[in-house]
Amino acid sequence: MKKFGVGQSVERAEDARLLLGEGRYTDDIVPANALRLFVLRSPHAHAKILSIDKTASLESKGVAGILTGVDADEDDLGGFPSLVPSNAPDGSGPNFAPPFSVIARDIVRYAGEPVAIVMADTLDQAKDAAELIKVEYAPLTAVVSLADADKPGMPSIWPECPDNNDSLGVFGDKAAVEEAFSKAASIHSIDVRVSRVAVSPMEPRVATGVWNEAEGRYELTAGVQSPHMTRTQLAACIFKVPPSKVRVRALDVGGGFGLKGVPHPELALVMWAARRLGRPVHWFSERSEGFLSDCHSRDHISHCDLALDEDARIVGLKFNSRANLGAYISLAGMHCAQGNIGHLSGVYTTPAIYAEVRAYFTNTVPIASYRGAGRPEALVVLERAMDAAAFDLGMDPAELRRRNLIQPEQMPYDTGFQFTYDSGDYPVSQTKAQEAADWAGFEKRRAEALRRGKLRGIGMGHVVEIASGMRDEMGEIEIEADGSVTFSTGFHNHGQGQETTMRQLISEFLAVPPEKIRMKDCDTDVQNFGLGSAGSRAAAVGGALIKTLSEKVIEKAKIIAAIPLETDAAQIEFVDGTFNARGTNKTATFAEVAALAHNPMGLPDGFDGGLAHKQIVRPGGPTFPNGCHICEVEIDPETGELDAIGYWVCEDVGRSINPMIVKGQIHGGVAQGLGQIFGEFIEFDREGQLLTGSFMDYQMPRALDIPHITTISHDVPSPNNPLGIKGAGESGTVGAMPAGLNAVCDALKPLGIRHFDMPASPHRLWKAIHDAGGIDAICKPTEAA
Amino acid sequence: MYPFDYHRAGNVADTLTLRASLADARFLAGGMSLLPMMKLRFASTPNIIDLRDCEELRGIEASYEVVRIGAMTRHVDVAASADVQAAIPALAKLAAGIGDPMVRARGTMGGSIANFDPAACYPAACLALGATIQTTGGDIEADEFFIGVFETALKDGELVTGAEFPIPDAAAYAKFRHPASRFALVGVFVARFGELVRVAVTGASRSGAFRWAAAEDALTESFSIRSLEGLKMDHSEMNGDIHGDNEYRAHLVEVMTRRAVLETLESAPAA
Ligand SMILES: Cc1cc2nc3c(=O)[nH]c(=O)nc-3n(C[C@H](O)[C@H](O)[C@H](O)COP(=O)(O)OP(=O)(O)OC[C@H]3O[C@@H](n4cnc5c(N)ncnc54)[C@H](O)[C@@H]3O)c2cc1C
Repeated sequence: MKKFGVGQSVERAEDARLLLGEGRYTDDIVPANALRLFVLRSPHAHAKILSIDKTASLESKGVAGILTGVDADEDDLGGFPSLVPSNAPDGSGPNFAPPFSVIARDIVRYAGEPVAIVMADTLDQAKDAAELIKVEYAPLTAVVSLADADKPGMPSIWPECPDNNDSLGVFGDKAAVEEAFSKAASIHSIDVRVSRVAVSPMEPRVATGVWNEAEGRYELTAGVQSPHMTRTQLAACIFKVPPSKVRVRALDVGGGFGLKGVPHPELALVMWAARRLGRPVHWFSERSEGFLSDCHSRDHISHCDLALDEDARIVGLKFNSRANLGAYISLAGMHCAQGNIGHLSGVYTTPAIYAEVRAYFTNTVPIASYRGAGRPEALVVLERAMDAAAFDLGMDPAELRRRNLIQPEQMPYDTGFQFTYDSGDYPVSQTKAQEAADWAGFEKRRAEALRRGKLRGIGMGHVVEIASGMRDEMGEIEIEADGSVTFSTGFHNHGQGQETTMRQLISEFLAVPPEKIRMKDCDTDVQNFGLGSAGSRAAAVGGALIKTLSEKVIEKAKIIAAIPLETDAAQIEFVDGTFNARGTNKTATFAEVAALAHNPMGLPDGFDGGLAHKQIVRPGGPTFPNGCHICEVEIDPETGELDAIGYWVCEDVGRSINPMIVKGQIHGGVAQGLGQIFGEFIEFDREGQLLTGSFMDYQMPRALDIPHITTISHDVPSPNNPLGIKGAGESGTVGAMPAGLNAVCDALKPLGIRHFDMPASPHRLWKAIHDAGGIDAICKPTEAA
Repeated sequence: MYPFDYHRAGNVADTLTLRASLADARFLAGGMSLLPMMKLRFASTPNIIDLRDCEELRGIEASYEVVRIGAMTRHVDVAASADVQAAIPALAKLAAGIGDPMVRARGTMGGSIANFDPAACYPAACLALGATIQTTGGDIEADEFFIGVFETALKDGELVTGAEFPIPDAAAYAKFRHPASRFALVGVFVARFGELVRVAVTGASRSGAFRWAAAEDALTESFSIRSLEGLKMDHSEMNGDIHGDNEYRAHLVEVMTRRAVLETLESAPAA
C-alpha cells in the first residue's frame, strides 16, 4: 500500500503552516499603502434616508474619501443576484427578486445595512470620521417576525410584494398525497421552528480591493470559498464589466461554512472604493459587526403531517413551511428556502410527498447558506415527525424508522420525489449506531437518572444528503522538469484539509511523494474557471478531476517515455512511478521523463514538449452521504441545564481519502448541529435590533458542551464517480440537529411533552418542564440531605 | 478605541500623585472589563493609568481570622493559593470559576470589585463574608461599598488596594453560569460564622449583588435546607432578559441557595 495514497490517515499538510502563524490570511498581507474602510451601518431596521451630510467628516484627520448610495448610483453599482429562481405566490410568474444591495440608496431595510463607507489611513480615523457623518432617517415600522410577516396591517418592505410573501414553491404530487392520507391508519402532525443562527467562522469576513490602473481592472483578495463564482457576480452584476476585468483570489481562509460562498456587500465596496480613490482598500469585519452584517441562516417555521398505515409504514407526507429571506434575497437565500426540499424523502420509502414553501421578506439581514443549507431545515422536521409518530403510537422510534428504511438492495433508489440515491446500507448503519450507543439499555439509564432527579433522553436522526450536486470543476496538473507536480483547481481549502487530500489523490495516481507536490493559490489569474468548495463536493468531484488529469498526464508521458525506451507508447506501462517498456528491462523514471519533456533538444522535431494537462471534469450524478446519528442527554429539571452525555454516529461517506479528516469533518459538523439545538439563537427585539450581537449573548458552544463523539464507518462506495467517494462536509451537522433535538424531546417525554422547539437553552427547558408540572409530577427524587 | 495617553507609576503613592495631576483618567488593572468596552467605543478616557507596576497591590496573606487579598492579585493566583484553599476554599473555587483561563490570567480581584458588574462573582463573596474593602481613602465595609450597577462607594481617583475576607466556619459558592457569557446568571454565596449565616446573591437582581435577608434569618435560625422550604425570592426585584425572565432568575436564586447550603454542610457539618 502506498504510504501517502488514498485511504490513509496522513497528517494534514497545512496544519504546521497554520499553527505556526505562517498562514497567509487576507489580513496578514495587506498592502502597505492600503486605506482602511469602515462601514457606517444603519441603526434602524427600516427607515427612509432623508439626507446624508458628510461635510464635517470629510475634514476629519486621515480621511481619503467617503462614499454613499448617491455615489453608487453615479457609478451604476449593482447588487448581488439570487441564483435560485422561484415563483410568485399567485403563480403568475417568477418571484420578485431584489438583488442584495451593497450600499443603501433611499431606504434602509435591515439594521446593519451599509449606509456610507469611510476610507482613511487608519481604522480609528475612519471610525472617527464616521461618527461625524450626519444621517437623517425617518424610521418606518419594521417587519421583524417571520410568523407575522404577512399579517394584515404589516408594512410592505417592497412595493412589488405588498404582503411580504415573495414566493411559493410547490413540490411533489398533491393528489397522490391526498389519496394516501384518505386511506391512512393514522396521521401525525408536528410544528417545528428551525431557529435563526449566526455562522460565526473563526476568521471574520475580510477583503482587500485593488484597482490595477495599468491593466484597467479590479483585483480582490478576500476570505471567500469560491473566487471564481465571486468574480462572476462582481463582474456581471456589480461592476458590469467582462470577467477578465476582475481578478479574485482567496489565500488562507479560516472557515467558510457556506457563509463565505455567498458574496457580501463589502467585497464590492473595497473594490469600488479602491477604484474611486486609486489606493488599495482593506476591510476586516469585527466580531460584533459580523453578527449584524454576516448573512444569518436557517429561520424556518414548518408544519409536517405524516400518514402511516396500520403497520406504521409511511404512506404519505405533507409539508408546509415559511422561510425567512431577510430584506433582500442573497445568492443562496432561495436555495436555502426551497432548493433542498428533496431531503424530505429522508432514508425512508415514502410513496407520496407534497410540499409548499413560502418565502418572506423581513427587515433582517439576508439569509444565506450555513453547513447543510436547506438540508437540516427539511430533515430536522421529517425526523421530528418520525419521533412524534412514535410518541403517538407508543412505539420505539428506532423500530418505526427501521420499518420504513430503504433497503440496500433497492439501490440506486428513486425516491419518487426529487432524488435518486446512489448507494448506502441504512439498516446496517442504524444497527451499528444502536449497538454502539447501547440503545437497548437506555430505559435502564433513564430510570437510574430519574432516581437522581434527572431527565434523561436518547434521540436518533438519520441523515441522507445530496453532495457534489454541482458537478463541474476545473484543474490543472503541471509537471516540472524535476518531476515535481504543481496543481491548481477551483476548489478552495478553508479548513477542510483539502491541501492534504488533494495531495493524497495526486500521490495515488502519479506515485509522486507529497513533498514534490505543490498547490497553487486559488486565484482567477491562475485558472479561469471553478465552482469552489461547497455542498460537500470537493472530495467526490476532486477525486474524479485528479484521476482524469493524472491519466491524461500519464498518457502523454508514455509518448515521451517511448522515445528513450525506443518503442511505441502503446508498449509502455506506468507502474509505481516508473515507465517500463513491456517485454524488455528498459525503464525510465517519472523524473527522467519529466526532464525530457522540458528538453526540446532531446525531442524529435515537431514534438509538442511540456507535460501538463488542464480541463473541466464532470463526474456522474450527485452522491448521497448518509448516516445514523444517536445523541443522549440529561437535563436537570431544577435549573434546565442540559448535559450532553454521549454521541454516536455510523456514517457512510463512500470511500474516504483520509479517514482522520473524515472523522474531523463529522466531529465539527456534529458540534455545529448540536450548537444550534443546545443554544445558538439569533434574536431581535420588536424594532429589529439584534439582541444577540456578541458572544456575551450568543450561546456559541464550548468544547465542554459537546459530548464525546464516537464515529463508526460503514462506507458503501458510490457508483457515481470513479473513486466511489460521497463526501463528508455537511452530514455531521445535518444529522446532529435531529438527533440532538430528538434526544431533548425524549428526555421531556415522561412529562407528557410531545415536542419542544430548539434551542434547548436552560431557561426554555426549565420553563417547559415547569409548565408541565415539574419533575415532581412523575417522581419524587430521593433527597441527598 | 479612542486615543488616550498611557501612564504608569512604580508604586501606589506615585500613582495617586500621577492621578491627581490629570483631570480625567481611569485605572487599568487586568483590562478584562475596561478594554472590551474601550474597543467597542462604549467607554473612553483621555488617560489610562496602568497599575501593573504597583507590586504592593499584589499578594495574599492569611492569618487565623482573615485572608487579605491585594487588589492586583489575579483570579488565577487566588484560585491556586494554598492559603485561600485552606482558609476559604469557596473563595478559591469562585476565582477558579471566573471566565476562562485567559480572563483568569489577567483579571484581578480589585478590578472585579471596583467595576461591580451586576453579574460578577467577587461581590457576592465580599457581601457574604462581610469583607472590608481597603482603599486609598480608608476601609469600607462591603455592605457600604456596593451601591448599584457599576456603582461603588469609590470616589474619583480612589484606588482599591485590597480586601480583607473574614474566615468563616464554612462557606460555599453555587454559580449557575450564564449560557453565553459564563458570568453568573445567578450566583449565591453562603457563609456560616458560628450560628450566624450570611447569604449574598449576584447576577439575579436589577441592582447588582445583594444580601438575601430572609434566607439569612431562616438559616441563622437553623442551618439546614429545611429552613429554606417555602422561602420565595421576590420576582419583582429580579432582572429579566432573553437568557432568563425574572421568574426563572428568582427560582434559580432559591435553587442555588439550597445547593450552596448543601455544599456548606458537606464541607463542614453544622455543630
Ligand atoms: C470573557 C469574560 C468572562 C468573564 N467571566 C466572569 C465571571 O464569570 N465572573 C466574574 O466575576 N467576572 C468575569 N469576568 C470579568 C473579569 O473577572 C474581570 O477581570 C473583572 O471584572 C475586572 O478585572 P480587571 O482586573 O480586568 O479590571 P479592568 O478591566 O482593568 O478594570 C475594570 C474597572 O475597574 C477599575 N479598576 C481596576 N482596578 C482598580 C483598582 N484597584 N482600584 C480602583 N479601580 C480599579 C478600572 O478603572 C475599570 O473601571 C469576565 C470577563 C471576560 C472578558
